[in-house]
Amino acid sequence: MATITLERTEQQADIFSRPQSKVAETVLQLTDVAKTYDKQTMILRNIDVALHKGEFVSIIGKSGAGKSTLLRCVNRMIEPTSGEIVFDGQNITHLKKKELRKQRAKIGMIFQHYNLVSRLTVFENVLHGRFGYKSTLQGVLGLYTEEEKQLALTILEKLGMQEHIYKRCDQLSGGQKQRVGIARALVQEPTLLLCDEPIASLDPNASKIIMDHLKEISQSMGITVLVNLHQVDVAMKYSDRIIGLSHGTKVFDDVPSRLSQFAIRDIYGTDVDELITE
Amino acid sequence: MTGTQFLRKKKWTMTIVFIILIALTYGSAALTQFNLIDGLASIPATIAWMFSNLIPTAASFENLPKVLGRLWETIILAIVASTTAAICALLFAMLGAQTTQVNRFFGVTARFIASVFRNIPVVAWALILVISFGHHILTGYFALFFSTFGFLVRMFIETIDEASSDGVEALTASGATYFQMVVKGVLPDTLPQMLSWVFYMIETNIRSATLVGILTGTGIGYLFDLYYKNLDYAMLGLITILIIVIVFFIEFTSNSVRRAIS
Repeated sequence: MATITLERTEQQADIFSRPQSKVAETVLQLTDVAKTYDKQTMILRNIDVALHKGEFVSIIGKSGAGKSTLLRCVNRMIEPTSGEIVFDGQNITHLKKKELRKQRAKIGMIFQHYNLVSRLTVFENVLHGRFGYKSTLQGVLGLYTEEEKQLALTILEKLGMQEHIYKRCDQLSGGQKQRVGIARALVQEPTLLLCDEPIASLDPNASKIIMDHLKEISQSMGITVLVNLHQVDVAMKYSDRIIGLSHGTKVFDDVPSRLSQFAIRDIYGTDVDELITE
Repeated sequence: MTGTQFLRKKKWTMTIVFIILIALTYGSAALTQFNLIDGLASIPATIAWMFSNLIPTAASFENLPKVLGRLWETIILAIVASTTAAICALLFAMLGAQTTQVNRFFGVTARFIASVFRNIPVVAWALILVISFGHHILTGYFALFFSTFGFLVRMFIETIDEASSDGVEALTASGATYFQMVVKGVLPDTLPQMLSWVFYMIETNIRSATLVGILTGTGIGYLFDLYYKNLDYAMLGLITILIIVIVFFIEFTSNSVRRAIS
């Protein structure tokens, strides 16, 4: 299994080094997604998003604009109030537990606070990414195949974590923890990678390492990457496409070069606007 | 309000609270005719009495095997009650904790049941149960079990909610099942803290087992009660010293185990 993924990467690197073709396969299609908790304030409304294979897309917007909610609606960690989610050709909006679990296994997720089991080793945490493919008993007893272990090791090596494999996660730095988070997501052999503020708790140096890895993943492994970001400059630098959210509505969806000062004002609002609207 | 006013107001509040406390102390002492000075003055005499009466004699050491047997029974009872209660408490805590609850109904029910068990003191449990089970070791067992269970559910829930919501989210998002998430995501981060609470309860229960024994007529508490009623103070002294030694020993062991696993 390990070898398959990593060999595939190289072949795919080939495909994706060509300019993005318009006919690239759609990995995720959100149609008219909305979310509200109390039927009055809409956290999200009329969200239409299409993501293509191997695309690197950033979502930017103020705190509270609904970035995290949108990301979590994709794998239904938060249930959207209305709308359709089609992932990998399958409508997952109303899937029952068991089928949803199967689809979630193909969606990796990384978090601002890394969300690792801190008292376990790096190796164990990474292998957790395989749970989606296992029976409850296999998972609970920690029965992993040789291929799975090999896959975990190869991925950790690729992320430059080979020296820390048997360290406990609470002994790692933030940047290292996030790389473990990425490794755990990659071990899922995902089609889509959701990243919720992956660099918000990291220093600039570690942030660059993480963003470079994410970019590399989208380019060479053909995995679609959807990232929530606070920093506009980072989004401009790394993204194939940027989605701007403001008050739960999509106000921008285009290549970074079209993100004008105007558009930025739409997304973030000026200070004066803030005082008037809130 | 200026800064000075604010600070002055705070100082006044503290002063008033302090005055009320003193008034309460003085008032209740006056009502119960308790005299602090007399109380303090009687301490030396008490200590002298304890040293002249409670020192074990050679005769009391002849009863040592009997006392040790009862003490052993008490220790085992405390350990069995604590560990079995811990296992049940773990199940209830999983249902009751915000991060691991299956649904809100089970969550509320689990927390409510635990709260009922916790809020009835161990002495009340012993007295109630002695009616149904009689003077039997089982009475003591259940009294300790129920109160330990109630306490541990609460402590386990707090441990789970403090430690593990992040890992739970990540595992659920990757398609892990409930039990995979609990065993591999929640337990590794919470087990050391939970074991620590179980050790604490074993300590507490050895102390409580003595009291429960007095009420239910079992274990070391039974012997204590027996010699107390026979005015055999030397034996009482021996039993008390042994209890202290055992509690020290358990506390020391549990501290070192806790340090080792954290």
